[in-house]
Amino acid sequence: MATVRKALPRRLVGLATLRAVSTSSVGTFPKRVKIVEVGPRDGLQNEKMADHAEVLKGIQKFPGINYPVLTPNFKGFQAAVAAGAKEVAIFGAASELFTKKNINCSIDESLQRFDEILKAARAASISVRGYVSCVLGCPYEGKISPAKVAEVTKKLYSMGCYEISLGDTIGVGTPGAMKDMLSAVLHEVPVTALAVHCHDTYGQALANTLTALQMGVSVVDSSVAGLGGCPYAQGASGNLATEDLVYMLTGLGIQTGVNLQKLLEAGAFICQALNRRTNSKVAQATCKL
Amino acid sequence: MGNVPCAVKQCLSYQQLLREHLWIGDSVAGALEPAQESAQLSGFPEYVKIVEVGPRDGLQNEKVIVPTDIKIEFINQLSQTGLSVIEVTSFVSSRWIPQMADHTEVMKGIHQYPGIRYPVLTPNLQGFHRAVAAGATEVSVFGAASESFSKKNINCSIEESMKKFEEVVKSARHMNIPARGYVSCALGCPYEGNITLQKVTEVSKRLYGMGCYEISLGDTIGVGTPGSMKKMLESVMKEIPPRALAVHCHDTYGQALANILTALQMGINVVDSAVSGLGGCPYAKGASGNVATEDLIYMLNGLGVNTGVNLYKVMEAGDFICKAVNKTTNSKVAQASFNA
Repeated sequence: MATVRKALPRRLVGLATLRAVSTSSVGTFPKRVKIVEVGPRDGLQNEKMADHAEVLKGIQKFPGINYPVLTPNFKGFQAAVAAGAKEVAIFGAASELFTKKNINCSIDESLQRFDEILKAARAASISVRGYVSCVLGCPYEGKISPAKVAEVTKKLYSMGCYEISLGDTIGVGTPGAMKDMLSAVLHEVPVTALAVHCHDTYGQALANTLTALQMGVSVVDSSVAGLGGCPYAQGASGNLATEDLVYMLTGLGIQTGVNLQKLLEAGAFICQALNRRTNSKVAQATCKL
Repeated sequence: MGNVPCAVKQCLSYQQLLREHLWIGDSVAGALEPAQESAQLSGFPEYVKIVEVGPRDGLQNEKVIVPTDIKIEFINQLSQTGLSVIEVTSFVSSRWIPQMADHTEVMKGIHQYPGIRYPVLTPNLQGFHRAVAAGATEVSVFGAASESFSKKNINCSIEESMKKFEEVVKSARHMNIPARGYVSCALGCPYEGNITLQKVTEVSKRLYGMGCYEISLGDTIGVGTPGSMKKMLESVMKEIPPRALAVHCHDTYGQALANILTALQMGINVVDSAVSGLGGCPYAKGASGNVATEDLIYMLNGLGVNTGVNLYKVMEAGDFICKAVNKTTNSKVAQASFNA
């Protein structure tokens, strides 16, 4: 895949080259994919989140595993550090309206706030992951231009985020849109610093993730049991289920380091606790009921 | 992600976004040129034919026996969506598949719209003659790439089944009736596990050679992933041209759309699906079955691929049949769109 990309000039390419890329990309995938499990945060967010400090203090932290927490502002950052966080995440968006409705400021203002967090994080040797919401569509603005996504992503990267997770917040994206958006972002940020965060609201998550993998992305966010609904479409599903993702990656011969059986157990545990059915098809198929 | 009230889905921009994705669309090709061009640029087919198998493969796996008049109404509704191929029923013994016991009444009862094809399953010559007598003008035969599956499903070996199908296809050709061939277990078998590429290719080639105009390669238990889909298609495409191939992916492990995407990238442009993702999986209790037509159309629309199908009308037909069988839809698009 890397060899193919070097052959592409950083401009609009001719039709023939595009065709060559698309057919040769069918089988080229990363050898290893890092899965970022967002179930406890993005998944459970629809339930309740008031006990963040206790949770962070209470969990057993295993060596070699990162436990990032979301910090929307400086106060949140300070609280996270006080509770022992070694990695934090900040949430930007590629949509002005979404940013306004969500955190009551413009994109530029939000980036200024994040800059404050990033500076403090750097001083405290705390890693920061950036998220960009609405990369394939916004519940308020509708279509989002790939150029805008690239711009916001580039800013977060240059401010010091080690990784940027590109989120299809309302799950409206399809493989073509994913490809166009990533093409634009890849002009500005190296693929090694990118992740995709696909929601399965319209059943497109795995197909979109596959497309991202074909383009060299090797970090994928997902949520065990596909936890979390979608606040923008009542009754709709939310995150891509980690079990279904691992199933696909395993079938593709891509290493994840994740034990599917143990994942299924964790999914069964949380679904029982929440008294709800799993959203993972793999879990549904392997359930012995 | 923020606490935004559900009322936002009434927001005009969101509606506009959905309209662009849930594209109503006409069957008029001219209106789609820019989209088709972008589909071509990305290495996807300009047009994909969707073979709707809900009334047969879908209902076959539903526990609730659907009354004949509901089946007829369901198929008539599907006929108004732009779908060009709708698999109606199966002329098998009612002992084996009670849901399809009313095959003759359904076949006679539906309105056969001009320009739409209504294939039926005919496992043997007897079923074929019954189907023709009931008004069928296209038939399908169902082979498998697994000996065990063939034995358990239709009580004979692959070789014996091929001989039966040859009789059917020969008679069909004699009467100018097109015959479609299915190959089950193309990516895995519930009894044998892994299926060799040679076997899938051999069975497909046999069906194609005897006169089936199209071979639908089925991931019967949905265990396939993009890698195995690619390998299987590469093998089969050495013997059969892509234009004579279709994929029939089950969504048992959530892999269907990713597998279909892979098939499209390899030049396949016929895809089977079932409205509302009807049908469970008889081999994995509680699991889902067919890929939902709505979710497939959503993806194809987004890719700029023409299907000629009106997604809203498909969702309405899906809503109708789900109410009739008293179950929630398996289509994510329908779940997201039919709000409380």
